[in-house]
Amino acid sequence: MKDNGETRVVVGMSGGVDSSVVAYLLKQQGYDVVGVFMKNWDDTTDSGVCTATEDYEDVAKVANKIGIPYYSVNFEKEYWEGVFTYFLDEYKNGRTPNPDVMCNKEVKFKAFLDYAMQLDADYIAMGHYAQLERDTDGHVHLLRGADENKDQTYFLSQLSQEQLDKAMFPIGNLEKSEVRKIAEEAGLATAKKKDSTGVCFIGERNFSKFLNEFLPAKPGLMKTFDGETKGNHYGLMNYTIGQRKGLGIGGDGISNDPWFVVGKDLATNTLYVGQGYHNERLYADSLDGSKVSFIAPIEDRGLEFHCTAKFRYRQKDTGVTVFLNSDYSKVYVEFDEPVRAITPGQEVVFYDGAECLGSATIDYAYQKKEVLQYV
Amino acid sequence: MKHIYLDNAATTPMTAPVIETMIETMKNVFGNASSTHFYGRKARAVLDDSRHLIAKSINAKKDDQIVFTSGGTESDNTAIIETALARQNFGKHLITTAIEHEAVLKSMEYLETLGFEITYLSVDEKGMISLEDLKKALRPDTILVSIMMGNNEVGSYLPIHEIGEIVKETNAWFHTDAVQAYGLVEIDVQEDNIDLLSTSAHKLNGPKFLGFLYRSEKVIIPSLLKGGDQELKRRAGTENIPAIAAFAKAVSLVDTPEKERRQVKYYNFKQQLLNGLRKNGIDFAINGEVSRENLQHVINIWFKGCKRDALLTNLDLNGISASAGSACTAGSVEPSHVLTAMYGEDSPRIEESLRFSFGVENTAEDIDYLIQKLVKIIKK
Repeated sequence: MKDNGETRVVVGMSGGVDSSVVAYLLKQQGYDVVGVFMKNWDDTTDSGVCTATEDYEDVAKVANKIGIPYYSVNFEKEYWEGVFTYFLDEYKNGRTPNPDVMCNKEVKFKAFLDYAMQLDADYIAMGHYAQLERDTDGHVHLLRGADENKDQTYFLSQLSQEQLDKAMFPIGNLEKSEVRKIAEEAGLATAKKKDSTGVCFIGERNFSKFLNEFLPAKPGLMKTFDGETKGNHYGLMNYTIGQRKGLGIGGDGISNDPWFVVGKDLATNTLYVGQGYHNERLYADSLDGSKVSFIAPIEDRGLEFHCTAKFRYRQKDTGVTVFLNSDYSKVYVEFDEPVRAITPGQEVVFYDGAECLGSATIDYAYQKKEVLQYV
Repeated sequence: MKHIYLDNAATTPMTAPVIETMIETMKNVFGNASSTHFYGRKARAVLDDSRHLIAKSINAKKDDQIVFTSGGTESDNTAIIETALARQNFGKHLITTAIEHEAVLKSMEYLETLGFEITYLSVDEKGMISLEDLKKALRPDTILVSIMMGNNEVGSYLPIHEIGEIVKETNAWFHTDAVQAYGLVEIDVQEDNIDLLSTSAHKLNGPKFLGFLYRSEKVIIPSLLKGGDQELKRRAGTENIPAIAAFAKAVSLVDTPEKERRQVKYYNFKQQLLNGLRKNGIDFAINGEVSRENLQHVINIWFKGCKRDALLTNLDLNGISASAGSACTAGSVEPSHVLTAMYGEDSPRIEESLRFSFGVENTAEDIDYLIQKLVKIIKK
């Protein structure tokens, strides 16, 4: 093992409080810390200001305070090719993609990792709420962050051994409140900065408006499964399974219950709506997934095993039985109890206790062996 | 860690005699040069001496043709915008090149919004304009030709004398941005028929936030800044006497033999660097050209297949400060408009090139160190 002082850690600094504290803690521990800001999206306005400016300014302030060099690297091309085209393709196919999962897989733990290695990094460090553990065989295991509310393993679940082997998550063992406290005590400029919300490249902008700039919206009919037309939708991509907001239908159905998106049919460009949060069409008992990826070797568990799963970020775990095909490329997952709003395009992420095993991308949801009309 | 500064086209360190002059002046001369009392007269005397020395350095006919400004940007802005506004009754057409500094290009863009028409002369792969293009572009309503003396990214030295000859036969005035060239090559504003010339003190080991604008006798334009009557009403704002004294000192340190010594020294650095890269089998090409005529302190190299972000960061982590062009406000390097003009926007050179620029404090050992680190980084 090298001394900390001879160990170079390249920190992905976003200008937020989490990665600021990561850099600070590593510097305190004596590592050779280099801060790198990733510019992934070209959003230069007419007046020539890039919106990433403020974040970069914060990186500069924090890095100078800590006393580390900092740089900016441009991954606009990598992001566009690896994340954004996938993102648009999924929407075109009527699905709801998860760009943050893809950003980790294609940019942060690929382009950025490569870049850090070019800088002679021994490790890269990120401000994710997740933990890593190395076993005696030398395999890396991904564990949930100590802050249950903030755990980000969902977004890291598609990463491989190679991608995580060089990673450090120095705040994974901390609560968010502790992170803020450290930042405050260290006098870091980002201590009180608001957490970013939404997809990184869209930021606080109107999501539908953004999407419609890239994909032509195809308006169509909004119907019930009984065939009754309830109005018009403004493009299937603007809706996700289980969504209530923005339908514009009053409680004029069989009850006063609010209306929800309960299905989509891309072929006929129809949005299906139904009443009640617990509408039966929103409940699935199993799913098909592809793009199966496990973090550590899984062979010991066989092709069929029981564990827990999350179907979207920040959801409670559900008990599931996993059925893998022989080459681990596809997965069929049966739930211990029905789950609401399983959404094609999102990840099904598997856990065994604290450990995140890996994930697959949801393709189809089933109710009593029947495929739910979700795409 | 050893640190080597190879970004002298961005700015230069103030040298010891210059710092000393500045400090001495700060200690002894604090007065406002516009005041008529003892302290004011003392300041005025320093200002006059400095102006005289600087006027001589470019062979200006009269001292008062030198107007001190806050630097290259203000000089360029004043020369272009105020000329256009003052001469718009004669015409609304201006000519410049595609490889000017932003201080010129942005002034031109601003004039376009006011209804002026701008012709941008293209350049070849050496960063040179064609005099034929210039002749063709000149019109009876052309009021200003603004062409830089030497380029800050690739070091090309433009045919200033010939341009002056051509422009003098027309209605247009001739402005040149000499920010990179001043202090490195001989400038004779009369011989070269230059009407307006911009410089910056910090590019030749002087203080920052200071420069001058030379204006020939026929140029009558107001101050860009509105205020007091300083600089014979040509530039409002109290003069920074200690900085101006230091600027004059810096100029006095680069007399004709010293300019030649520096050009030769930097030319040799270039050869040393290129030979070192060749000997180590680095795959590279020069952007522009290395020739005796160009500004020798700048060299721009295409490192084939190497992304400039990573190269630049690696060099910095190894103690070498170089440049890959200007950064956007989020710190990421913008595509160079100069390389784009020379090679087209699809050229890999734009993503894979670095600029090294030498200064008076660099040594042959520095260049060896640069070669050693470049080879290590590129061969990794």
